[in-house]
Amino acid sequence: MKEQINFILNDKPVSTTAFKGLVLLDFLRKEKRLTGTKEVCKEGDCGACAIVLGELINGEILYKTVNSCLYPLGNVEGKHVVTIEGLNQNGFTPIQKYIIDESASQCGFCTPGFIISLTTYFLSNKEYDIDTAIDAIGGNICRCTGYLSIKRSVAKMLDYIAANRSVGDPDIDSLIRLKIIPEYFKNIHRALSLIDNPNPIREKTNYEKIIGGGTDLYVQQADSLLDKNILFVGKKNRSEITLSKNEVKISGSITFEEFNQSSLIKTYLPQINDYMKLIASLPIRNTATLAGNIINASPIGDMSIILLALDSRVVLTKGKSRRKVFLKDLYKGYKSLDRSIDELVSEIRFKIPGENNKFNFEKVSKRTHLDIATVNSAINLVYKNKKIFSASLSFGGVAPVPLYLKKTSEYLVDKEIDTSLVIEIISIAQSEISPITDIRGSVQYKRLLVSQIIKKHFITLFPELISHEVLK
Amino acid sequence: MKNADLEKHVKGESLFVDDIPEPAGTLYAYVLDSPIAHGIIKSIDFGDIKSAEGFIDVLTWHDIEGENQVGGIIHDEVLLAEKEVHFIGEPIAVIVADSARNAKLIAKRISIEFEKLPVVLDPREAFSKKLLIKPPVIFQNGNVENAWKECSFIAEGTVESGGQEHLYLETQCALAVPKESDSIKIYSSTQGPTVVQRTAAKVLNLPMNKIEVDVLRLGGGFGGKEDQATHWAVLAALAAKKTKRPVKLVLSRLQDLRVTGKRHPYSSDYKIGLTDDGKILAFQVTYFQDAGACADLSPAILERTLFHVANSYHIPNILATGISCKTNIPPNTAFRGFGGPQAMFVMESAIYNASVISGIPVKLIQKNNLLDEGDEFHYGQIAENVNARKCWNYADEIYSFEKMESEVHKFNEDNKITKRGIAYMPVCFGISFTSTFLNQASALIHVYSDGSVGVSTAAIEMGQGVNAKIISIVSQTFSINSDKIRIESTNTTRIANTSATAASSGADLNGNAALIACKNILERLKKSAAEELSLNDYSSISIKEDWIYNKDIKTDLSWELLVNKSYMKRINLSSHAFYATPQIYFDRTINKGRPFAYHVYGTAATVVELDCILGRYQVESVSIVHDYGKSLHHNVDVGQVEGGLLQGIGWMTLEEIKYSDSGDLLSNSLSTYKIPDIYSAPREINIHFLKNSENPFGPLKSKAIGEPPLMYGIGTYFALLNAMRAFNPNVHYQISAPLTPEKVLLALYKK
Repeated sequence: MKEQINFILNDKPVSTTAFKGLVLLDFLRKEKRLTGTKEVCKEGDCGACAIVLGELINGEILYKTVNSCLYPLGNVEGKHVVTIEGLNQNGFTPIQKYIIDESASQCGFCTPGFIISLTTYFLSNKEYDIDTAIDAIGGNICRCTGYLSIKRSVAKMLDYIAANRSVGDPDIDSLIRLKIIPEYFKNIHRALSLIDNPNPIREKTNYEKIIGGGTDLYVQQADSLLDKNILFVGKKNRSEITLSKNEVKISGSITFEEFNQSSLIKTYLPQINDYMKLIASLPIRNTATLAGNIINASPIGDMSIILLALDSRVVLTKGKSRRKVFLKDLYKGYKSLDRSIDELVSEIRFKIPGENNKFNFEKVSKRTHLDIATVNSAINLVYKNKKIFSASLSFGGVAPVPLYLKKTSEYLVDKEIDTSLVIEIISIAQSEISPITDIRGSVQYKRLLVSQIIKKHFITLFPELISHEVLK
Repeated sequence: MKNADLEKHVKGESLFVDDIPEPAGTLYAYVLDSPIAHGIIKSIDFGDIKSAEGFIDVLTWHDIEGENQVGGIIHDEVLLAEKEVHFIGEPIAVIVADSARNAKLIAKRISIEFEKLPVVLDPREAFSKKLLIKPPVIFQNGNVENAWKECSFIAEGTVESGGQEHLYLETQCALAVPKESDSIKIYSSTQGPTVVQRTAAKVLNLPMNKIEVDVLRLGGGFGGKEDQATHWAVLAALAAKKTKRPVKLVLSRLQDLRVTGKRHPYSSDYKIGLTDDGKILAFQVTYFQDAGACADLSPAILERTLFHVANSYHIPNILATGISCKTNIPPNTAFRGFGGPQAMFVMESAIYNASVISGIPVKLIQKNNLLDEGDEFHYGQIAENVNARKCWNYADEIYSFEKMESEVHKFNEDNKITKRGIAYMPVCFGISFTSTFLNQASALIHVYSDGSVGVSTAAIEMGQGVNAKIISIVSQTFSINSDKIRIESTNTTRIANTSATAASSGADLNGNAALIACKNILERLKKSAAEELSLNDYSSISIKEDWIYNKDIKTDLSWELLVNKSYMKRINLSSHAFYATPQIYFDRTINKGRPFAYHVYGTAATVVELDCILGRYQVESVSIVHDYGKSLHHNVDVGQVEGGLLQGIGWMTLEEIKYSDSGDLLSNSLSTYKIPDIYSAPREINIHFLKNSENPFGPLKSKAIGEPPLMYGIGTYFALLNAMRAFNPNVHYQISAPLTPEKVLLALYKK
């Protein structure tokens, strides 16, 4: 579908009729010859193609990092795209300067991506510390340096900014003053509000694909998506997380990172930040949607596993009709769902966890961070009067679908917690799973992981009730 | 000291091949490769591709006017398959189209009929079927058979080490541009411009002087572009010659992973014998090297394995056999360490198991057997300027091994489900290409009439900082500001007959050549200055910080003024200089000689922490003393140690190459092949430079740096093994790298 797409690229408005399904990386490198953005893996695993993406939300521009290799042009409409060329000024920005000072670049191929991620970090946060700064570059791979020099340069940047940024500065102005971004950023707000969208979102029909973030679809099908008629549902309606009666209500198009940053979610899942670091890198979290993760139906979808343990329901919408389905009933077989092609996940709902709720999530992958799970699992227990009142246990990577362990969950109800209970449910869980050997691990390993993760859940949640003998 | 390349990197202004503005009319090539691991091509059906959108041309081996051959050491590798294919990814045809996308789409329309042949994937199976790249090679000294009788302890075992993907971030790529009278200019991402030039000339049936190869920089190489950048450059040149238009060939990441070779997996059998006080008397080892389908650099890599059999130790009786086995996977190739890491891993495994059997601590066996001055290596070279023990002792002094061990011990007492382990790793690595003739380099230096300096050498900048080091050499020798010096691209018309930038030798060979060229010009300039100052003799002239001094008194002559006056006097301000490493030789009839100019030494202590519930682990610290010589560039050298170390850790832990039974690469993307991310890096790396180590062979007394630090990563394997044994002293382990979380967990809970 060739329609006009309008956005701001660095300091200039751009209008293009390129395919909406084209990934931004190809547009930048081939059409615009902005070659500072690099192609390395083209599947969101390395960050060399990272760009800064700004979006006008409630009168304020919010900036985030995304991987341009998985970002369709159709989702860029009305936004501010910043490449490394758009950050360059006379001399060096402080980020560039400290990378040079610490020799935190060797072959240089990954370097623009790191600088983009770090710039966005300063653009999108008000408080800085080394842990969140490292998380911001967690999705950037470097094959040369061993990362130590990069860490040293980040520490120096933080010191510099801490010493030079006065409290209460308006963000953009202070960042311009510190030379982290060029002057023209001042004008972007106005430029974005002037973009006249010539293609008001109309209810498209005949679309061949629905795309939320596209972070998985573009890994698998980039070539064929190029000229497809796609419905981009990424951010057309305001996404939010709210409470409604006894439920948490989440828009389907909410991104992983919006979920992560939600204060409501933090209240109910206090460890969400730690889980998210294992689940995906920041640029992916900034793009991937909860609905996409659910509908994509990967047997190891991390959000699906968490939402399964929360016993979530999804609201499927088609025109005016709506129906609710329990997530555990949605999955019918490998990538097969109780859903028609034109039904959208408009909402996800789960019961508000109470103070007796105990929740834990574990993910084991070859590389601890930024990897696809070998086995992942979540458990949600209501524990009252020394007994389990209700239980939901989910596992990924052990069946053709993200698996809700019905028998194991039911068995736990009304039980007191001790080491022998853990041993008992392990054998029930083993009877419910059907893992296969693949690149992520052997059957033997996955079965062992299921046992170990169950132990880990209970050792984590009830350290005083579980003896270490459980490991013998 | 500044590193000029970084100023371009941080702005995204550094040009890589795919960033070079394409000449008008550039075409794009896509390589159609074999989907099966072994078979006969029965027929190729090109269908209706000639009418496909964007189609320009298609090339097969029939289009090769010269020799269809890319093998370097052994001529056993065709550029485009003729009748038989030997691995998945072997190039069969090249489709040229008006866009890269169209070229790829057109390739999908071509169908090839094969007759499948048996596939061999295991090097030992290949050996039993006599599928060898060349006859086995034996290195030996002393007499192991006699020595076993003297040993109190003998340990035997098998060691596996896996392959490793280079994962240079810039994939293989080239742009070939036709020039007048059939000549071709190739922009290539190669470590070996002359290899590309020579091979292109051979395949295109042109003299070498009609092929110009130009290399600005690489987005990482690590050995993967020493020999294997050639195919793509030559294919682009072949297509450019035929279509008479510029042709660009860039491999996608998935294709690059699938079709290019990796670090060689080794399967090895060893036998080690010790006296009761832990002196290693004898070591016998057989290495089965998985070479893949063709020789590539495998024989040279196997030879370096045989040189590094004993790592940092002096062992009087050695019998080492290397067998290069032919299997149906892409030809494996150079990777940082070049066979050395595989040898050292076997050595350390043998020591580990000898310790288990004898009860003598590993650390004691290591320390008791370190090389001393005057020891003879098993290949006949006498060890000189030995720093093995100095590095070990200095590391013990500053880091206190005893303190580290007691901290680990205390941690393990206090924690039930997480355990720590510590291991030491001494490294000794020989510097020089072991093919002696390759140890040559030349440099061309121009001083322009405005005082600026242009430097051309054979060195390829791929992130290792060789440009910064050469600038440092030129700047120190002329005593001028480094801003005046520019390093040019590496180009075969300026520097002929280059050796690949490899074997850690880039700065040594090219730096020494640049040093000679600088000295030639400097002498002429000093003579010129003496004339200007009406002196009879130039011995009192010196240059300091861009100014000319006579008897240490500042004169009126600045560098610029002197250069300009010299130019007006028609003095030659250019120099082409040549360097060949002295004193080295090697006699392959007896496998004895002096193959290395010198050795690099070091010691690392590694501490890891293991989550014994889930099998996950983290490297807590690596504490290193490294023998840098007199460092040419502090930050570059530290960066090479840190980066090499993490690659070594990756090889030992996460990075796992897997092929299916039919020879298809399963770890075929970044989502299935994991290299270390920022969280996988050790929490702490401490590096100290060995003091007072000046190297007579290195430019300005420096030492080579590229490869040796990778082998510190081997320590991580044994630290992990120790952490596992702290949790379960009876853990059943089999030494097989990488030690993935899967292997760890299965071993911890094996019933």
